Amino acid sequence: MQKIKPFDHLVLILGSLFLCLPVVLALMSSTHGAVDIHSNGLYLTPGTEGWETYKKVLTHRGGFTGDVTGLLMLGNSLVMGLGFAVGKIVLSMMAAYALVYFRFRFATILFWMIFFTLLLPLEVRIMPSYQVMADLHLLNTYTGLILPLLASATGTFFFRQFFRSVPDELLEAARIDGAGPVKFFLDVLVPLSRTMMAAIFIIMFIYGWNQYLWPLLMTTDESFYTLMRGIKSILQVWVGSQIPDYNEAFALAVLAMIPPVAVVVIFQRMFIKGLTESDK
Amino acid sequence: MANLSLKGVGKTYGGAQQAAVTGIDLDIADGEFIVLVGPSGCGKSSLLRMIAGLETISTGEVAIGGRVVNRLDPAERDIAMVFQNYALYPHMSVRDNMAYGLKNRRTPKAEIAQRVEEAARMLELGPYLDRKPRALSGGQRQRVAMGRAIVRQPAAFLFDEPLSNLDARLRVTMRMEIRRLQKRLGTTSVYVTHDQLEAMTLADRLVVLNGGRIEQIGAPLEVYRRPASTFVASFIGAPAMSLVDAQIENGQLLLERYLLAHVGNAPGPVTLGLRAEELRIGPAGIPMRVEHVEELGAQRIVHGMIGAQRLSVADGSGAPLSETVLVSVDPARLNLFDTATGRRSELRLTAAQAPLPV
Ligand SMILES: Nc1ncnc2c1ncn2[C@@H]1O[C@H](COP(=O)(O)OP(=O)(O)OP(=O)(O)O)[C@@H](O)[C@H]1O
Ligand SMILES: [Mg+2]
Repeated sequence: MQKIKPFDHLVLILGSLFLCLPVVLALMSSTHGAVDIHSNGLYLTPGTEGWETYKKVLTHRGGFTGDVTGLLMLGNSLVMGLGFAVGKIVLSMMAAYALVYFRFRFATILFWMIFFTLLLPLEVRIMPSYQVMADLHLLNTYTGLILPLLASATGTFFFRQFFRSVPDELLEAARIDGAGPVKFFLDVLVPLSRTMMAAIFIIMFIYGWNQYLWPLLMTTDESFYTLMRGIKSILQVWVGSQIPDYNEAFALAVLAMIPPVAVVVIFQRMFIKGLTESDK
Repeated sequence: MANLSLKGVGKTYGGAQQAAVTGIDLDIADGEFIVLVGPSGCGKSSLLRMIAGLETISTGEVAIGGRVVNRLDPAERDIAMVFQNYALYPHMSVRDNMAYGLKNRRTPKAEIAQRVEEAARMLELGPYLDRKPRALSGGQRQRVAMGRAIVRQPAAFLFDEPLSNLDARLRVTMRMEIRRLQKRLGTTSVYVTHDQLEAMTLADRLVVLNGGRIEQIGAPLEVYRRPASTFVASFIGAPAMSLVDAQIENGQLLLERYLLAHVGNAPGPVTLGLRAEELRIGPAGIPMRVEHVEELGAQRIVHGMIGAQRLSVADGSGAPLSETVLVSVDPARLNLFDTATGRRSELRLTAAQAPLPV
């Protein structure tokens, strides 16, 4: 191992400062008034209006209908993130299970077809997807927000690779022990996949949390607004005669950061633990 | 506990040209310990897995306890299997590993606990019951795998090379432990190995397989003493039986023109099987050129040539060896094989001259 020199520390410190700076700027600026920000630019020091700003952002009823609070948007984003993560994990695990453990014809072709959809991002099929949801009368519902995006080629691929690495004898032992397909899945595969699930949960939660385009299209009812749209609308609504509420936008952005960070922190520990003490 | 009966059992894998296993007829008595032995790829595992229900049976019939099980799931066959790589559930404690099969069978909780305790006591696994398999040594894992089989109290145990992942010493102790347990429980067992020593020491009866067919069935000593073919002769026993080309002419059995015995067999070329320990180095006999000597401690194995024929002789004397030694054998201990087919044929010594000091 090489000895660590002061210069190495310097590089690291500069690097982390560089990465942290925007976050700190957002956090600090959110505690100042909108006018101050407008005239003085961003702040690196804490201000005095933080408490009010955050309270207002979370509870103030805004929007055209006057019903949308930050809390509601936070909740909507959470529903999106959790729905995405859980739904994608459940669906792709089951798909991978079928692909790996059941000998049905065309399994390989089916797998490659699923895999192929990786090449087609949401934007490519957004109009047909919208059409389908509209025909099913699922616009302005949580189902409509989450369901069409649940199929996950990435997740299916990862779980497939993982299941294939599980030794066959485990399945055979389970068969002799009287575990049917469902029992084997629930009692053996699911517990063994914990680390995989944690990893995919992190990725998918953040993916769902950050969704912007799809909710924008799918929901016209303001009660389905997510945080991402909220931030945008704050900046939009007041554009014109007034100064935009920069402080509120920053506060929302800071709030929007907390759940993904929490998810990463919580699941990362599980993830790393799983990596170090191999379970197979 | 039950008897097992195989009738004309065969297996052809999908897409394979040749059958992996053909025409296996075998009756296994209740409580018997049967060892399937043979070289790699001879179909031992395939046969065992057909009994277990992990592979479909292509032809023939397998019955456990008089009940034909061809179409039953592994779980319904009332068997337990021990795998080479143990196949323990990595995320379950030792206790749960053993209890899993019973739980799935809806055995009452109290009974599960009692059976697991008992198996743990028998296998000295008590202190490890709450550990995960990864925190156990190879030998302990092997014992857990056995415990998982024992708690089920099945009609038969099936073992597929359960000891081959262990080091040599542990293999010997585990071998004895398996034998002891099996005797104590009296459960019918089928054990697959390619290690002929393991086969000899464990089996009530040996089944030697070659190319998917049964080469010989018999008690270990019987197979050792009277191998049914040159294949069995060379496979069972260490050092392997020496197989040499000999001639029968005018009622004389000749090895490289040296007279071994007077026989009543038909004249012609034959293959002769000689066990190392049946050969003696002495003051009289056929001259053998010594090639090299393996010291084993208690005895040594002398490898040499008589003419163009290679021979191994066990010698316990420890006396210094000259370049050429004289080797003799009791004619009654000779094994005669048909050179063309490799099958055993009985040596008919003409009584008057036997035994002949060659
Ligand atoms: N799933 C399979 N599909 C096709 N062929 C197979 C399959 N399993 C085994 N075979 C073939 O069947 C033959 C017997 O295999 P088997 O595994 O029974 O041998 P074995 O005696 O157990 O050998 P080893 O001592 O190496 O374990 C081999 O020629 C093998 O290639
Ligand atoms: Mg095998």
